[in-house]
Amino acid sequence: MGKIAAVTGNEAVANALRQANPDVCSLYPITPQTDIVQRFASYVSNGQVDTELINAESEHSSMSAAIGASAAGGRVVTATSSQGLALMWEMLHIASATNLPIIMPLVNRALSAPLNIHGDHSDGMGARDTGWIQLWSENAQEAYDNTVQAFRIGEHKDLRLPVMVCMDGFIISHSIERIEYLEDKQVKDFIGEFVNVNPLLDLEHPKSYGPLILTDLYMEFKRLQHEIMGRVKKVVLDVAEDFYKLSGRRYGLFESYRLEDAEIGMVVLNSAAGTSKDVVDAFRDKGIRAGLLKPRLFRPFPYTEIADALKHLKAVCVMDRADSYGGYGPMFMEISSALYQVTGNGSGVAKPKLINKIYGLGGRDYMPEQAEQVFTELDAIAKGAPVKLVKDYIGVRE
Amino acid sequence: MKKWKELVPGAVVLEAGSSEKFKTGSWRSFKPRWIEENCIQCLFCWLYCPDMAVKVVEGKMTGFDYDYCKGCGVCARECPGKKGQKAIVMEPEGK
Ligand code: SF4
Ligand code: SF4
Repeated sequence: MGKIAAVTGNEAVANALRQANPDVCSLYPITPQTDIVQRFASYVSNGQVDTELINAESEHSSMSAAIGASAAGGRVVTATSSQGLALMWEMLHIASATNLPIIMPLVNRALSAPLNIHGDHSDGMGARDTGWIQLWSENAQEAYDNTVQAFRIGEHKDLRLPVMVCMDGFIISHSIERIEYLEDKQVKDFIGEFVNVNPLLDLEHPKSYGPLILTDLYMEFKRLQHEIMGRVKKVVLDVAEDFYKLSGRRYGLFESYRLEDAEIGMVVLNSAAGTSKDVVDAFRDKGIRAGLLKPRLFRPFPYTEIADALKHLKAVCVMDRADSYGGYGPMFMEISSALYQVTGNGSGVAKPKLINKIYGLGGRDYMPEQAEQVFTELDAIAKGAPVKLVKDYIGVRE
Repeated sequence: MKKWKELVPGAVVLEAGSSEKFKTGSWRSFKPRWIEENCIQCLFCWLYCPDMAVKVVEGKMTGFDYDYCKGCGVCARECPGKKGQKAIVMEPEGK
């Protein structure tokens, strides 16, 4: 077992990047992520890594530099938050569609306006359709473990895809927790030497990246991209199995908490899952069969696996820390379409009643009372009370 | 036409010099015409052509490669010609 330390989420993730010893790190600071690249810059200055550091003039440039370095044939990392991710937007699509396995911690933060630096999931959810793999993390340990695994996943020969590792801004990035590090050598052996594919710097074999593809082939390339995303689940599970052997810590496509015999359940991402699990326990003590599902892999979304885990419930609340104004929350949309595939179309399987709560926007504290309110409402719905409002807000002053 | 299963992931073109296969001359609406008697063989046209559409053989301008010439007119603009008489003139395509 590696060293046990009391560190912030940012420090834990920075250490995972150090242990991966990337060839190139392109960076641009933004709260609450700055601390990661700042620490990483110190590792470079102190000679703890062999990385070429590129101080870019914006996140757009930072992602562009990452793309160039990755196409050149190196292991590449960067990190960002919020507006920074938004500014990377067009380049995110280019990184994924060009099959460049760039690893990027995303410290989740609200999007402007109004300007807000605190944690919510608007940034990551907005990047849902960019073709990146997304792993979400409840705490510093998961953020560290997911970052280590991200290298193996993204760089896998069947995928070669960029990976975003998400954790909640401030709540996790700046809070100190106990974590277990792996030894440097363990991480080095686990992720292995970087193997490049079609590197531009292989001068014996000249090649071109970024060609113009018009009506005759564009759609075929998009179809191929979908196919490659379809291979991700298996790789994530295989890597998780190896990681378990190494660390003793188990990961899957999602975490299922007291769900097997539950009647009511909550779907919730990241740090709020920790608070909610305590409330699940409290409801169990009262004799109410509550459970929880915390997605880990959000892109590609494991529709059938999640639907199978939820379909026996009587009522489910999907929690969203991001909004789609005039629409349901982004996680709700996934869960309801996942469930429809197993319970709809005359399948004869009873559908759980679904509600959607928007919570914690702009870093608004998510308290146990809010989870209690949700489980109380679910309990009533499970016992026959009607669903009054599908989408509603909690923790907001009325 | 290739099917999606036959494509190289990431749309990487693994073959060097493949742009030769992509004939762009059909984009042209104006066409450069070389007037040999006005040519002083300065090769400005070859130097300035943004494509590789000026055909130079043994150090001498010999005409245009119309498979790739897009008719941008840069060569005609830069051509000094002889005593003010241009050695390249642009003419509407199909004239
Ligand atoms: S018209 Fe343009 S493309 Fe054609 S030969 Fe002249 S410079 Fe080259
Ligand atoms: S620029 Fe004009 S004069 Fe010079 S080589 Fe070309 S055609 Fe001849």
